[in-house]
Amino acid sequence: MELTVLGQSQTTAPAAGGCASSGCGSNDDQLNHLPEHIRAKVHNHPCYSEEAHHHYARMHVAVAPACNIQCHYCNRKYDCSNESRPGVVSELLTPDQAVKKVMTVAANIPQMTVLGIAGPGDPLANPERTFDTFRQLTEKAPDIKLCVSTNGLALPELVDELCKHNIDHVTMTINCVDPDIGAQIYPWIFWKNRRVYGRKGAEILIKQQQKGLQMLVDRGILVKVNSVMIPGVNDKHLEEVSKAVKAKGAFLHNVMPLIAEAEHGTFYGVMGQRGPTHDELQELQDACSGDMNMMRHCRQCRADAVGMLGEDRGDEFTMDKIEAVDVDYAAAMVKRAEVHAAIEATLAAKQQKKNETFISLSSLSIPKKESRPVLMAIATSGGGIINQHFGHAREFLIYEANAHDVRFISHRKTDLYCSGDDTCGDGESVLQKTINALKGCEVVLCSKIGYEPWGMLEEAGIMPNGEHAMEAIEDAVAAVYKEMGEKGLLDKKPETKQRATA
Amino acid sequence: MALQIVDGCVNCWACEPLCPSKAIYAAIPHFLIDAKKCTECDGDYADKQCASICPVEQVIVDSQGEALNPPGSLTGIPPERWEQVRAEIQAR
Repeated sequence: MELTVLGQSQTTAPAAGGCASSGCGSNDDQLNHLPEHIRAKVHNHPCYSEEAHHHYARMHVAVAPACNIQCHYCNRKYDCSNESRPGVVSELLTPDQAVKKVMTVAANIPQMTVLGIAGPGDPLANPERTFDTFRQLTEKAPDIKLCVSTNGLALPELVDELCKHNIDHVTMTINCVDPDIGAQIYPWIFWKNRRVYGRKGAEILIKQQQKGLQMLVDRGILVKVNSVMIPGVNDKHLEEVSKAVKAKGAFLHNVMPLIAEAEHGTFYGVMGQRGPTHDELQELQDACSGDMNMMRHCRQCRADAVGMLGEDRGDEFTMDKIEAVDVDYAAAMVKRAEVHAAIEATLAAKQQKKNETFISLSSLSIPKKESRPVLMAIATSGGGIINQHFGHAREFLIYEANAHDVRFISHRKTDLYCSGDDTCGDGESVLQKTINALKGCEVVLCSKIGYEPWGMLEEAGIMPNGEHAMEAIEDAVAAVYKEMGEKGLLDKKPETKQRATA
Repeated sequence: MALQIVDGCVNCWACEPLCPSKAIYAAIPHFLIDAKKCTECDGDYADKQCASICPVEQVIVDSQGEALNPPGSLTGIPPERWEQVRAEIQAR
């Protein structure tokens, strides 16, 4: 097998990452206002801290196949290796296999600080398998934090068992607090040895979720709430959800777009339920952010993802490869501690630099009059720098520049959730898909770009720009915004060019 | 008197721990029910447990081959309303 050797791969370089925007959260880290003891719990959790996700990695082990509810966005046939979305895995593991895998990955990717169980079903619908995995890891790998993602139905009865393990965080998926809306999302739940349908089932689920959330908060566990935004179903309702879960004490709310394609075989996919547009998602995230911390760096990982957010190295750690490896975990822990210390030092230095040199656009003498905000897409392969060829980018980081600052908004994937062959999609060209994914952006910053995509981007009203190659993202975005201001491009609405019909 | 798991099972494991008779076992290509052990939950539960959690329609059948979860029962949309509901959903 070919697992990477410590010290000889980029995986040990603390700054390397799947998403390398130094600016996710640079607009003052979203966690800054949290009390110190909470920050201490999340500072190295890539799914909870925007800053951490540039430096620390996570993994999921797929030990929990069964589910106790049905969601219309989920298909229980989950083994497509080409898809990257929650609920999908390639290989189901026993708890013993999972423990071996986690320790092997921890030894090879020392930045991996968090092990999550997220399915492919519901971890708490598989309590024996989930808790056996946690029990073994708490004992054998005490430097790994454990977390779990659940629909909450079984949470109240299992919360005390859950709290016995090395768990600081729990993610709950809460899509509604209104059973009439729930009935449109959950066709049934399995409850007290019966299947309960429709509104009645949704009502029980919502009650259990709210009760479970309260119990976790009472026990000092940090709770992140995930919500799937489903246009026409719960999109108008999620602001209320945001308020409700914040009132109960959830510390982070993550609104994710519905992923629904006919080829996924989900009810919504087959029925043609659409997902939100980038604009709709962003608008809702902005609306909810008034109420609580919003999270914008979520990549909606598979239930067996391995590595930094935005990357999946699961293929390097399949069971056939892992079974052949002997892990010296005591030695690995020493190495891991060194790597974590180096990351912490990098972060501390960065924080200090930020405190010393706070760059604001106003210092760049942008005309103060009401210049409109502009979205820009960035191609980067890491380090917070514009260093990727347009054609090589599998995701773009989206930044918004306005008269006052530059902020990270989201990431957009070019190969939306599927990297399968031509039969896995509607035959649209990759380039056209990429351009569609960049809708709403006015500029693309990349290290280089080919002639054909340049023309097509221009045609679509998006200006390609390779002049800022190897520059820091925020600085380049600020500079381009300034140039646009000087050219008088910020006074008026962007030209709504007729899109190419090709 | 025994239930059967037929083609379409996605091997999600949900039924296996619920069976009061331990009649369900993992197999290839999909889980199976030991007909000698299955009691159809008689005396243990009002509802047949495997059929109450199975997420796929028409996969658990009785000794007559009749599906315990017929088409439309799990989505909540009977087949004759499918097109109308699809149109409603697509209008969202």
